[in-house]
Amino acid sequence: MSASFLSIEKLTQEYPDGKGDNFTVFENASFGIEKGEFVCILGHSGCGKSTIMNILAGLAEPTRGVVKMDGVAVSGPSLDRGVVFQNYSLLPWLTALKNVTFGVAARFPDWTKKQVTDHAIKFLEKVGLTGDAIHRKPSQLSGGMRQRVSIARAFANEPKLLLLDEPFGALDALTRGTIQDELIKVWSGTDQTVFMITHDIDEAILLADRILLMTNGPLARVAESVEITIPRPRSRTDIVEHPNYYAIRNHLVHFLGQRSADMAGQPADGTTHSPKTVRIDTTTTTTDPSADHLRAVQ
Amino acid sequence: MGTLSENKKAALLSILLLLVGCVIWELSIPAQKAVGELTEYELLTGGGQPKAGVPPPSQVLGKAWEQLSNPFYDAGPNDKGIGIQIGYSIYRVLTGYFLAALIAIPLGFLIGMSSVAYKALNPFIQVLRPISPLAWMPLALFIIQDSEASAIFVIFICSIWPMLINTAFGVAGVREDWVNVARTHELGAFKTAFTVILPAAAPTIVTGMRISIGIAWLVIVAAEMLVGGTGIGYYVWNEWNNLDLTSVIFSILMIGIVGMLLDAMFGLLQRAVAYVE
Repeated sequence: MSASFLSIEKLTQEYPDGKGDNFTVFENASFGIEKGEFVCILGHSGCGKSTIMNILAGLAEPTRGVVKMDGVAVSGPSLDRGVVFQNYSLLPWLTALKNVTFGVAARFPDWTKKQVTDHAIKFLEKVGLTGDAIHRKPSQLSGGMRQRVSIARAFANEPKLLLLDEPFGALDALTRGTIQDELIKVWSGTDQTVFMITHDIDEAILLADRILLMTNGPLARVAESVEITIPRPRSRTDIVEHPNYYAIRNHLVHFLGQRSADMAGQPADGTTHSPKTVRIDTTTTTTDPSADHLRAVQ
Repeated sequence: MGTLSENKKAALLSILLLLVGCVIWELSIPAQKAVGELTEYELLTGGGQPKAGVPPPSQVLGKAWEQLSNPFYDAGPNDKGIGIQIGYSIYRVLTGYFLAALIAIPLGFLIGMSSVAYKALNPFIQVLRPISPLAWMPLALFIIQDSEASAIFVIFICSIWPMLINTAFGVAGVREDWVNVARTHELGAFKTAFTVILPAAAPTIVTGMRISIGIAWLVIVAAEMLVGGTGIGYYVWNEWNNLDLTSVIFSILMIGIVGMLLDAMFGLLQRAVAYVE
């Protein structure tokens, strides 16, 4: 665990509950993420996913625990950790292009103006934004286009870790699909490590190498780490044919629908809550030790 | 009429209203009684003098033509062109106004960014803000001992509050997300202030500046009536003392027009910094 590129160690978040006591959102959460991995985190509202994201981004301080990236403790925000916010967080007085160059210029202060602009245009093209659209202000762009700009801004900065906070939450299903494909396209060309919050099980299966499952809050914890044993490249039409797809999907649905509540509120016993690794693979006959825990297979 | 655009219809209506208003004004003023043959006694007692009355618009227009065709003449302390008088007033307004902006905008930033600074300074602002700017005049005259500088001070003190409050309000209201964008891009405090907070708060700040310039122009007329010497306010009062009502009405109109132009300038600025979320 300690050798992970990103390691989250005994993270605890408490808020005063207004009655002089503390309200514990999650306690002793520990997990690791390897370099180049795409990890999604699933859980119900209120389990502290966004808080974990903000801590990883350096925008919030945990009550206890540390986050280490490349062995160095995270303190405060950094250009090494790019964030795509749920509400896009584009600066409305700048054009799409200027929103991206804003980030690029901060990341590469030695670059000439031309280098910065070319780099920004390259990444806007990668997410399918070209021509006239890049000179429009965010208010003149559709929700999908805004989120594309936001993704381009984050990728153009080439951060070591990319944090996506429900990036497609506000988009309609069709737009969501297109942008998911674009996200995969941009990501697969890099060794970018991605950590993404989502509410959408199918989205998580399509995108992730591994899915972290959180139990319900308060006293939430990261209970399981489910490997997605579907080879890449994946396409949304092909993965549903894969024998592992429904096995994994059922496991996730069952967890979110039932077990996340059953396991919720378990008091801290002081031990580190590392997630249990779950590997569901119906294509191989080798028995996985964790396969005993499976509750739902097709 | 049906083919005209809304703006053209409105413009036509405006002109019509102006003409009707002027005609009513013109007709409602009784003509001066022609002075007939007077006895020597009547002439000696001033019977031949025309009675002072509100002048008709035709006379005001004549005055305007006369004044505006030579606005910058200077024939001694009490006889200067309207352009010179307005120039003095604008100079005072802008000097006091920009001094106020120089203090109000940075201070407003500070108050907007720090709730401690806000809470500490709020009582002073609340007490000082409702004071009529002219109430400062005696104190200003005594301390500064210069009527010119006192007038500028009065403009300064009246224009500082809307700018201060709006800047603080605008800065405090900048969306957390945008500040987070600056933080995740490791922008320093100054870079954040100039590239994120200033453009985000600019519409609110400029609204405050627009309110301030309006108040400053209202106040300068009154201030100049008190300090005297030069300026459009002094000009109005001086013409009143001369019982030259034509000039009084003409200068009232000029005050309105200059105020409108000042406001329009800030209106343009407001449009330049506006953004849609």
